[in-house]
Amino acid sequence: MTKEKFTTLRSTAVPLPIENIDTDQIIPARFLKATTREGFGDNLFRDWRYDSANQPKADFVLNNHSYSGKILVTGKNFGCGSSREHAAWAIYDYGFRVVISSFFADIFKNNALNNGLLPLVVSEAFLQHCFETIQQDPKTVMVVDLEHQVVSIGQRRESFDINPYKKTCLINGQDDIDYLLGLRESILQFDKAQQVITPLS
Amino acid sequence: MPKTIVEKIWDAHVVHRADGFPDALFIDRHFIHEVTSPQAFDGLRKRGIPVFNTRRTTATADHNVPTKDQHLPIKEALSRHQVETLRKNCKEFGVELYDLGHPFQGIVHIIGPELGLTLPGMTIVCGDSHTSTHGAFGAIAFGIGTSEVEQVLATQCVLQPRPKTMRIEINGKLGRGIVSKDIILYIISKISSSGATGYFVEYAGETIRGLSMEARMTICNMSIEMGARGGLIAPDETTFQYIRGRKFSPQGAAYDAAVANWKKLVTDEGAAYDKVLTFDAADIAPMITYGTNPGMGMRVTDRIPTAAELASLGDPTSYRNALSYMGLEEGTPILGRSIDYVFIGSCTNARIEDLRQVASLVKGKKRADGVEVWVVPGSKQVEAQARKEGLDRIFADAGFELRSPGCSACLGMNEDKVPAGKYCISTSNRNFEGRQGPRSRTFLASPLSAAAAAITGKVTDVRSWMETNE
Ligand code: SF4
Repeated sequence: MTKEKFTTLRSTAVPLPIENIDTDQIIPARFLKATTREGFGDNLFRDWRYDSANQPKADFVLNNHSYSGKILVTGKNFGCGSSREHAAWAIYDYGFRVVISSFFADIFKNNALNNGLLPLVVSEAFLQHCFETIQQDPKTVMVVDLEHQVVSIGQRRESFDINPYKKTCLINGQDDIDYLLGLRESILQFDKAQQVITPLS
Repeated sequence: MPKTIVEKIWDAHVVHRADGFPDALFIDRHFIHEVTSPQAFDGLRKRGIPVFNTRRTTATADHNVPTKDQHLPIKEALSRHQVETLRKNCKEFGVELYDLGHPFQGIVHIIGPELGLTLPGMTIVCGDSHTSTHGAFGAIAFGIGTSEVEQVLATQCVLQPRPKTMRIEINGKLGRGIVSKDIILYIISKISSSGATGYFVEYAGETIRGLSMEARMTICNMSIEMGARGGLIAPDETTFQYIRGRKFSPQGAAYDAAVANWKKLVTDEGAAYDKVLTFDAADIAPMITYGTNPGMGMRVTDRIPTAAELASLGDPTSYRNALSYMGLEEGTPILGRSIDYVFIGSCTNARIEDLRQVASLVKGKKRADGVEVWVVPGSKQVEAQARKEGLDRIFADAGFELRSPGCSACLGMNEDKVPAGKYCISTSNRNFEGRQGPRSRTFLASPLSAAAAAITGKVTDVRSWMETNE
């Protein structure tokens, strides 16, 4: 599937300074019943965003209209727990294009990258600076320059790492299947050889 | 160069490796279920391509299924639709499905091993994080997202960077009443819920060697709860004996040839790991979690740590929020606290051995008043075996309900939910907020601890309880 191409993003950001946010919080299991990829944004952080009577909770950041933007800034170990890709779909569907944290869980990171959502790892110090700056002035614009691998907020900049292949995919809006389909002949041969080692019953 | 078992299996499955690219890793076995596969099949349909090799994919329905009256149509429309979609997709694409009612149906990570589909040296994936369970056989097994499910269906490969390796060694003898669930809860409590992120873990040492296959699966199952991509245990005689004669495992001469190959699946002398941790079994006690991630665990006899004691673990606000969600206070004990529900089930602890342990402990006893107890077997085969051995009668006499297989109360997705504010002692793997139903509160523990709590109605130290009941 071809995704939106990602180059440079300038946007305000939404701060969510909580650590160890698991994918059950990002999208609770009872909302995983759809058989398409769309519409998950409505239930992003459902149980933090709405009370049991489905009323928005005033103290949750997504219900605070001072904050908006395409960048979500979160505490460390974001996306741990369940492998549900629905978490990445929900964040993307809500309108975010970048999640910034000092540490991401592995599967979430892959899922995000496979859906045109950039999981951007910064230092703990830079992360704390982001939280403070955004909370002081929610209008602060952050710049994410994927090509040069630099993120900045105000005067402060930091470079970030990304696998070069994944970077190309994001910039060109390509996905892994296109790449793997190109290896089809080698895979067919590999499969045959494997069946000699472990016969399929 | 000497290699770890993880590197051996990984390297033997790389179809294509190039600088700056993740490896194209060939996948021997692919398991799918109703929740994370529909969008992947849609992707194939849009591209107009078939499943690469249907014999390498096996499907079952587990997450959404009711655990009562499974012969009736699923009541909830969206769940029913998801299971029907799986049915339709498997038919259209030619994938074997162990559907509701089939004698092989069950939780995906329980049926793979019991059918002999899970074998040493394999690469195994599933759109589910607890795929790490299959690592107990000396396989590289890990969870993937739906885009990757589509990749595997389309190409039998995933694109992944070769993981870093970690060795966790446990030596010494486990005390009475302490089982493999306690070992893994103990490890996670020591290294935190992100302590193994980026690593593939090999569990080793004499304590691990002494465990049965089922106990090993419990340990590997929860590797993901410390962030690991997966966890494995090198295969040995215990493994080979377990596999022998299983439905889809190699038979006769093919089995002997396979065993000869599997014996090579060990870490070479002198191979380097990126990280090594060592623990002493004597330090492990019956464990329980008190917070909202599996790293927040302690010995059942301990007091909940104060935020000050945990200063190094990061943000005290997140910690205090977790305790307030649980309705617990720092510095206080959990032992003796009342519980409302007991859930014995999930891909962590719903195999026949788990049910046998529970039955042996509760035989001739009754559950405490006001406590609801669900025993949910991991598969149709486990259920049948339990009935054959008469465990169902022991459970019935104790007031425990033996249900039909499925993920059940492990995740609040099907009908089995723990109500808001209620406490559940659970043999599953996650205590996240709302995991067992909106605002439910979960204590993770072993099947033995859960069984003891079912009888006393309280969080109980199973060791002292075993003594007074003999
Ligand atoms: S039992 Fe729980 S953890 Fe295991 S596959 Fe089902 S939902 Fe996931």
